[in-house]
Amino acid sequence: MITLSHYLMASGILFALGLTGVMLRRNIIIVFMCLEMMLSATNLSLVAFSRYGVVQGHSNYQAQMLVFFIITVAAAEVAVGLAIIVALFRAKQTIHTEDLNSLKF
Amino acid sequence: MFSFLSSTSFFSPFSLQPSAFSLSSLLWIIYLAPLLAAAIILLITRSNKPAAAGLAIGAAAITCAGSWILFLQKTNLILPGFSWINTGDTLNISIGMMVDPLSRTMLVVVTTIATLVFIYSIGYMRHEEGFARFFAGLAFFLFSMLGIVLANNFIMMFISWELVGFSSYLLIMHYFEKPAAADAGNQAFMVNRIGDFGFLLGILLLWLSVGSLSFDAITTSLPAFANNSTLLAISLILIFCGTIGKSAQLPLHVWLPNSMEGPTPVSSLLHAATMVAAGVYMLARIFPLLHGSPTASSVVMWIGASTALAAALMGTQQNDFKRVLAYSTISQLGYMVTAVGVAPSAGVPMFHLFTHAFFKCLLFLTAGSVMISMHHELDIWKMGGLRKRMPVTFATFLCGMLALAGCPFFSGSFSKDLIMKFAFEQHPAVFWMLVVAAGLTAFYITRVCVVAFFGTPRTEHARTALESPLVMTLPLLLLAIPAVVAGYPFLEKIFIAPLGSMALPHEVPEYLEWIFIGFFFLGTVGSFLLYRNAAKDPMVIPFLANRLYIDNVYDWCVKNIQGAFAKGCAFFDRWIIDGLCVQGSASLVWTLGFILRFLQVGSLQAYAVFLGAGTIGMILLLLKIH
Repeated sequence: MITLSHYLMASGILFALGLTGVMLRRNIIIVFMCLEMMLSATNLSLVAFSRYGVVQGHSNYQAQMLVFFIITVAAAEVAVGLAIIVALFRAKQTIHTEDLNSLKF
Repeated sequence: MFSFLSSTSFFSPFSLQPSAFSLSSLLWIIYLAPLLAAAIILLITRSNKPAAAGLAIGAAAITCAGSWILFLQKTNLILPGFSWINTGDTLNISIGMMVDPLSRTMLVVVTTIATLVFIYSIGYMRHEEGFARFFAGLAFFLFSMLGIVLANNFIMMFISWELVGFSSYLLIMHYFEKPAAADAGNQAFMVNRIGDFGFLLGILLLWLSVGSLSFDAITTSLPAFANNSTLLAISLILIFCGTIGKSAQLPLHVWLPNSMEGPTPVSSLLHAATMVAAGVYMLARIFPLLHGSPTASSVVMWIGASTALAAALMGTQQNDFKRVLAYSTISQLGYMVTAVGVAPSAGVPMFHLFTHAFFKCLLFLTAGSVMISMHHELDIWKMGGLRKRMPVTFATFLCGMLALAGCPFFSGSFSKDLIMKFAFEQHPAVFWMLVVAAGLTAFYITRVCVVAFFGTPRTEHARTALESPLVMTLPLLLLAIPAVVAGYPFLEKIFIAPLGSMALPHEVPEYLEWIFIGFFFLGTVGSFLLYRNAAKDPMVIPFLANRLYIDNVYDWCVKNIQGAFAKGCAFFDRWIIDGLCVQGSASLVWTLGFILRFLQVGSLQAYAVFLGAGTIGMILLLLKIH
């Protein structure tokens, strides 16, 4: 029997992996992908809560609605983010985050 | 001139049909013609000398003619004019005019003398820089002075009072490239500021008690003060501060001798005949109120008498022709102010103002004439024997000098003796102060006369001095006539008698006349014998030559007390305001920014950590609050 805690654990592991990637990787595309993974982990826990969170004998589908919105917005965000990365690459000829330090004091 | 005008007063064509409309437009013409002339000179004909002089003299002649018409019509009139500031019942300030015996007499004096001085100025200023600027200044002065004379309320008078001060400042500083002249102008302005501060406070206090600023309301407001004589005395003494400043009375007299740095026509018109007399005129304006307050009257009397004596003492040891005259002006103004304090009507001070205006103006114009032929040398010990070189100047000087000294049958003696008689009625100490001052007056003016005009020339300039041109001697001759006759009873009846009774309350003893004549002869003969053949000053009294050290005390105070205060202010401004508040806040922000900029590590991941940490911190904070 798969319970809520399984889903939440999977979601936590995904989130932790994503966070580690954001923290440690230097390739900005990988960082970006890890960010998306963190977002998906959150979505997973939302759906799980929605499935298992019973209100007056019925499942609560409001969180699942919210997940659809998040996915839509994330798609738009990905488009913008990738566009920024492409522009950044054109300007700097690099996608390594150590080289993007012109705001440093 | 005078006999002609006084004879026409009995069958004047103007006195037949006085219509209010023509009178009011005449008043506006009198008031505004000099302003218009000043504006045209400054804006249009600045580089054209004849046009500038012509415009100024034309305006003065118009005002003079208008004033004589007004005088001969003998109509009293209060012209409401137009309202300038009106806040309903509480405050209503108008630019309006008032014609009564007082302003009519003053108008005639001011405009007649102004016209003569303007004409004289053509000759005096003919080789000077800033000819048009000078005439514009004179015309502007005349406009301001007419504002004082014609004003029907205190605010209009105060505005004109300040405008007069401003034009005096401009005219004293005519030779502004000369440091002494620039300093004198500043000093005159600042010293007057002190007096005017009190004046303004007095006006406000009177307005609070009376509820109106117009002179006809103020002069009839005595019953309102029936239970509050202290308030009345305080407001009147504050108003008298204005006179102390403008008429150079004792604590604030220092500016007047220094203002002699200005061109001589200015000294003559502003600093002898008209402007400095404005203080006395103002007191005469509120005379009914002043007379109702014995405290204020006695303050006025004592300040006037001590000024008369102190200035006469200072005058005895001055070596500068114009400065002697300046001290005599202060002294004579002291007489007028004393008269305000002792006399039962405004006629007595105005009588002395009237005679003094003519003879003092004349004396200054002769000083200017001497100065021009001596190539701007004013030290009387470098003159001598000018009697033969400049006969017209000498003769007219003699007229003015005898009038000033109080020689019997010259104008000054009539008015001065009258003041001394009233002082005798009031207080013996004041009487003797005035009598001694009169003797000293005779002494110092004879000293100037003997040293400058008699004896042998002491310098080359004096040996080759030439009489001034007609344009300068003509005003001298014209002024010499009133300087002699202005005090005669038939003229007094026309000009001064309408101002109020000048009868003495009791019969004064016969011997007073002999005291006056005795002191006149004592001063004159003593001075003549002492200075007759002197090559150098035979009597030097440093205490008097240094003007009782009053100027030095003021210098010391300005340098030490006011200087220390200014240093304290500068310290506060530089270190507290600038250093702590302005610079301090700037450097605080800079320091914070300097610390915070170390957070900008330039690593994307670090920013992400900060963002995350911040978010978590906020969440914890919110949880904690809940």
